[in-house]
Amino acid sequence: MIREIDTKEIAEAIKDMCIAVNYKLSPDMEEKLSTAKETEVAPLGKKIIGQLLENLEIAETEQIPICQDTGMAVVFLEVGQDVHFTGEPIEDAVNAGVRAGYEEGYLRKSVVGDPILRVNTKDNTPAVIHYSIVPGSNVKITVGPKGFGSENMSRVFMLKPADGIEGVKNAILTAVSDAGPNACPPMVIGVGVGGTFEKAAIMAKEALVKHPEEDRPQWTKDLEEEMLERINGLGIGPGGLGGSTTALAVNVRSFATHIAGLPVAVNICCHVNRHMERTI
Amino acid sequence: MEYKMTLPITAEKAKTLEAGDYVYLTGELYVARDAAHKRLYELIAEGKELPIDLTDATIYYMGPSPAREGRPIGSAGPTTASRMDKYAPTLLDLGQKAMIGKGKRTKEVLDAIVRNDGVYFAAVGGAGALLSKCIVKSEIVCYEDLGAEAIRRITVEDFPVIVVADCKGNNLYAIAAEKYKK
Repeated sequence: MIREIDTKEIAEAIKDMCIAVNYKLSPDMEEKLSTAKETEVAPLGKKIIGQLLENLEIAETEQIPICQDTGMAVVFLEVGQDVHFTGEPIEDAVNAGVRAGYEEGYLRKSVVGDPILRVNTKDNTPAVIHYSIVPGSNVKITVGPKGFGSENMSRVFMLKPADGIEGVKNAILTAVSDAGPNACPPMVIGVGVGGTFEKAAIMAKEALVKHPEEDRPQWTKDLEEEMLERINGLGIGPGGLGGSTTALAVNVRSFATHIAGLPVAVNICCHVNRHMERTI
Repeated sequence: MEYKMTLPITAEKAKTLEAGDYVYLTGELYVARDAAHKRLYELIAEGKELPIDLTDATIYYMGPSPAREGRPIGSAGPTTASRMDKYAPTLLDLGQKAMIGKGKRTKEVLDAIVRNDGVYFAAVGGAGALLSKCIVKSEIVCYEDLGAEAIRRITVEDFPVIVVADCKGNNLYAIAAEKYKK
């Protein structure tokens, strides 16, 4: 059965989500930050985590965005193959939602229309949109506005198959060490292993903003655990000013790859790992 | 050490600051980031007059979110300072004393801090709502066409910063991580 969905509905949802994620962090992130306040060993680090928690409270109660960098809007659309969109083109609807959200939500317009000419579009569009077609008749929307302090510190490594899991670990540690204080630690690390150059990067982004995949190899879970411990042993700490809390989470996704390659993408995010899902 | 300091920060005041000090700043400072720095730098290269007075100036690397009605400013945390590294030594040589941002600086910037008795402070990245509460006044000085990147003059009260690089050549980022490394 074909289900008709007016793209206006998509625009409306995206508007609401852009605003909501910029004022209130998802419960999983807030919980991790609260735990870190207890476990952090450095006095200054503890103080900074305390300020980040206070910042979250002020953001919600006084309606001031959690961070002034309210991000470039990244939107994942998982479209059921039985969906028929009506109304304005879907891409226009997504951008209309972003435009309305950033205007009505007092969010910063951080997008330039051309990477070299660099004139601000003044409405935070266009969004970066990733579409996929899935079974069913629903549309799942994931919105994850991405700040660039941490985006700038993200990396793609094209490793050799012989580098193996140790190569993957070194790649992650290199990216995080190089990022240091620039990425507003404590960070969240999204990792994509396998696929092609661009698939690895998209998986790394998905690892940040989507729920963990239920069915995935055990090594990805082991890697997350080991990496979190080793990253926190780097000493970078909250604000990069020293301490035992450098990352709050490491999330790993993987995919099949070519006999000749081992792509690894490390997408770094600060504690303001804004993400929200809604199904229509 | 934790103490309060009034702006402007002069060479004399900068000399008392040490990497690791926690300082609450009160007074007037400028806000400028990437695009505004590029324009200032171009004016300097052309030998033209600058729209702001750099003497003992403190520049906060920041681009705020829009202010709601009745508020001076929106969310207002620091942006990554390294993107201003290309321009900072020249501005310090022309009289600027202090920078507020977050993240690593190049050797050229650290040298310019030592040479000019300057200072580089970090504000807590990702605490834009909290920091906005310490800003009591904000006005656009120039480059309004740049939107969030316009140059502003703001008044702060007990604005919390940490000395990262002092004029004796100490760099907190380099020492702190070593201390807690396992």
